[in-house]
Amino acid sequence: MPGWVVSVVVPIVSVLAALGLWELISRTETISQRDLPAMSTTVQALWSMIQTAAFWIAFGQTVRGWAIGLGLAAAIAIPVGIALGSSDFAASAFRVPIEFLRPIPSAALIPLLFLTLGTTLKSEVFLATFGAFWPLLVQTMYGVRDVDPIAIDTARSFRLGRVERLYRVTLPSALPYIFTGIRISSTVALILAFTAELFMGTPGLGQRLNFYESFGLNPEIYALALATGLLGVAIHFVVSALEKYVLRWHPSQRKGTTA
Amino acid sequence: MSPRLYRTLKISAEIAVPILLLVAWQLYTLARDDPKFPTPTTIAGEFQDLFLFSQFDTHVVPSLERIFVGFAIAVVIGVALGIPLGLSRIGRSAAMPHIEYWRAIPPPALLPISIILLHSIGNTQKISFIAFFCIFPVLLNTIDGVRAIEPTLIDTARSYRIPTHERIRRIVFPAALPQIFAGMRTSLALAVIVMVLSEYFSSTDGVGYVLLISKNTFEFKPMWAAILLIGILGYLLNALFLLVERHVLAWHRGWRAATPQ
Repeated sequence: MPGWVVSVVVPIVSVLAALGLWELISRTETISQRDLPAMSTTVQALWSMIQTAAFWIAFGQTVRGWAIGLGLAAAIAIPVGIALGSSDFAASAFRVPIEFLRPIPSAALIPLLFLTLGTTLKSEVFLATFGAFWPLLVQTMYGVRDVDPIAIDTARSFRLGRVERLYRVTLPSALPYIFTGIRISSTVALILAFTAELFMGTPGLGQRLNFYESFGLNPEIYALALATGLLGVAIHFVVSALEKYVLRWHPSQRKGTTA
Repeated sequence: MSPRLYRTLKISAEIAVPILLLVAWQLYTLARDDPKFPTPTTIAGEFQDLFLFSQFDTHVVPSLERIFVGFAIAVVIGVALGIPLGLSRIGRSAAMPHIEYWRAIPPPALLPISIILLHSIGNTQKISFIAFFCIFPVLLNTIDGVRAIEPTLIDTARSYRIPTHERIRRIVFPAALPQIFAGMRTSLALAVIVMVLSEYFSSTDGVGYVLLISKNTFEFKPMWAAILLIGILGYLLNALFLLVERHVLAWHRGWRAATPQ
């Protein structure tokens, strides 16, 4: 098969086949239409949903929770990661607290946030930041630790100061790691923003889902899940594109060296 | 500073900092005297009362069972799909849009759907839900692991006319195993998160249920104890997994140590 058929036609056919299968399973009542609304019904529900202002407001609120959470996490985790990564001493001093805090699933904090910060943007942002913080911290630490010591020594022998060494040597060579962290954290932040809305009732797409669920509006439940998935895919693409752009000088992103 | 003094200082910092943080937390919560933020000693006491071991069978065992069964199903499906997809370019091209979509969707968005489709808020729904989301890290890592295999290995096996299933069993699977384990480790951490989410959404037992009930009754002590338990669970499962991995992949580390990079 020629390359373009494999890389373009096959995925399209595969997606269409899956959508057709969905329609078929529902229309033939293999799974009842009440439990699994047909693809066409769901798309129709989504179509009328995206024509309402309420949907786009909720959409914006979810994106806002994601963006603030990810931004705050980056603002805290990257400097802390650089500090812990460049000092062997600091890294071992904070090793145990980090190892114990990192595996706590942020989901476990939902009831506590609900009863302390309440149904506010603050709860949502806290949750998203907490979750997004750890992957970024760990990646930044690894990245800084992985800087070529010869590069650092060379910079030192050219009498580059600490600050300049940080900007010219450490940060650029740690950047691929940091971006891997941002990619992971961006997914986590979206999950947690949505989770906060679903479980705590903070306004956003998650809260809309909760609303549809309590009224048993199945086509809307499916439509909203579909939309949330598309938002997830969109965010993934935006972050990956940003990574490609920022790291365009780096060997891992150049053509011919597919990592 | 002599290297020995530095080493001693470093080790003492590693021990002292966590203790100082705990003491600071204790003093802060004591001074604050707020029922929302009990002292660590109170939380530890509550933890002991609840989970060691009076409610261990009713709430910890069901959660662990869901994690293990869901995780095991995910590993089997992830590897079984990942190996053929790793070997077939067309298969990958057909499967990738689906994998990318399901991987990007926030898991809680599918919680209501899982309940509607399965007519259950019990183990069927919990285990399927955990298994579904844990498939993706295993699947993607298996695909990557299979793709990274040295082509000469496969070609050699082929030229010796080793049949396909033998080739997969003896060459493809072992070569991809380190990467499969990396995926499994991500999935295991994910299993804990998804377990908490699904139990907190709707359940009649489990650790997530303890969180739900203590929220509804404004009981902060069991809530903190449950958070502590979930943290410990995540930590122990990861430690246990690393132990298993070290044992299973012992041959791999030996091989890597013996070959110059």
